[in-house]
Amino acid sequence: MRLDDLLHSTGEWLRGEGPESDVVVSTRVRLARNLADFPFPNRASALQCGEIESLLRERLQQLSETWQLTYWPLHRLSDLDRQFLVERQLISREHAHANGQRGVAIREGETISVMINEEDHLRMQAIRSGLQLDEAWREINRLDDELSERVCYAFSEEYGYLTACPTNVGTGMRASVLLHLPALTLTKQMEKLLRALQKMNLAVRGLYGEGTRASGDLYQISNQVTLGRSEEEILRSIRECVSDIVAWERNVRELLLREMRSGLLDRVHRSLGTLRSARMMSADETLELLSSVRLGVILGLLDDLTVPRVNALLLQTRPAHLQKIHGESLDSEEQDAVRARYLRAQLRHVQLN
Amino acid sequence: MKCERCNKRAVFHITDILGPAQLKELHLCEECAARYLSEPIPGTQLASSSGTSAEIELLQQWEQLHCPECGATFKDFRNTGRLGCPHDYEFFQEQLRQLLESIHGEIRHLGKVPSRLATPERRRLELARLRRQMQELINAERYEEAARLRDQIRQLEARMQS
Repeated sequence: MRLDDLLHSTGEWLRGEGPESDVVVSTRVRLARNLADFPFPNRASALQCGEIESLLRERLQQLSETWQLTYWPLHRLSDLDRQFLVERQLISREHAHANGQRGVAIREGETISVMINEEDHLRMQAIRSGLQLDEAWREINRLDDELSERVCYAFSEEYGYLTACPTNVGTGMRASVLLHLPALTLTKQMEKLLRALQKMNLAVRGLYGEGTRASGDLYQISNQVTLGRSEEEILRSIRECVSDIVAWERNVRELLLREMRSGLLDRVHRSLGTLRSARMMSADETLELLSSVRLGVILGLLDDLTVPRVNALLLQTRPAHLQKIHGESLDSEEQDAVRARYLRAQLRHVQLN
Repeated sequence: MKCERCNKRAVFHITDILGPAQLKELHLCEECAARYLSEPIPGTQLASSSGTSAEIELLQQWEQLHCPECGATFKDFRNTGRLGCPHDYEFFQEQLRQLLESIHGEIRHLGKVPSRLATPERRRLELARLRRQMQELINAERYEEAARLRDQIRQLEARMQS
């Protein structure tokens, strides 16, 4: 596998299929694990980081055939390639910007990625499109079982899996669901929702994880508690909560269709109009406009587009993707011009209904 | 649209989630946005220092402690929010307990156990977990699922005695 081979697909998380995919973009379950005999990456020396990386890389290679894993040493990739992996949700921003020997193993189809020397020695995640918490958990649990036969994890009877940050200790599991909530955002219900989620100990983040802001009406909901509850309990509480949010978003969408049809049509078509005629277009504005277009497609207001196509545009207009497609690095103003040209070319032939 | 911090063109439109039911809109140029996004988000610092003078004195004592395995001090943890090595959980147990309780509400692990632990130990933990889960299912009046767990528990108990 070459990294650029990924360029023209969207990967698993933007496939646009799976249960509840009109509202749920994707599901992710990640496990944090550490080796018993080493300091955590933030305190490990360069030498130790190297030892950790080669040990874990070697163990992963034993599994690479059955799990179809390809390993990328991040410290040898360019900034652009690392940013590219961040945009595909295969590594975190922190992992991209860190120093020292580190890497990521990626499964074909991008349904699994295993980061080495992120905040913890191991961060492994399973990704599914749509709402598939159990499926994602089962898969990453199996990989964890197989790895745990080969290395000795830092584990205590009392605190479970030991992690660099005490917010992950216990199960080390963070299950998150990426939701597209344009109707709740438009009708200003998000504050109410955030308040309710806070009470349930669930965290809300933007598209690119911790510390990122919500844009494009995309919200990631995940568990905050990792200690004192079993994995199944955590998954159950997220599943129940997400089902309620999905129902709420759908209700408001129907209400908008019924009560504000022309306003909604106008918004969808204005967004598409801007996307296919603008001469300068930022990545964030693209995300905002595509959100309305995506809603229009799902509500049957735009017959000539599909969710997977909208998703592909979302990804391909992110800065690193855009530069890779364009074939050279661009400053921010050049990016905006190239992005606008790319969107015009991609959307020129879309029929309006 | 102009950047709110300088006068260049605003290209970043940020919705900040400040906390329960608080959103803040920001429109910034690329440079100000890069600066803004790398600032720590208020309220996310672990173990903030507020308290009575006795507490502060205790904290000062704690800050001098360092883990004999990795050398990390409790002050390092307070500054970075990251522990130095797995042994820190034991070494700073007293200092961490309150924090763990406030993050998680509970301080005893109930989830999965790695397969490489010694087998009897693993079974004992697994039993404790299944029993608690069964109790929860019974409380939720989900008797069928509880019965399935009960059978699993009996099997495991039988295996431990053999």
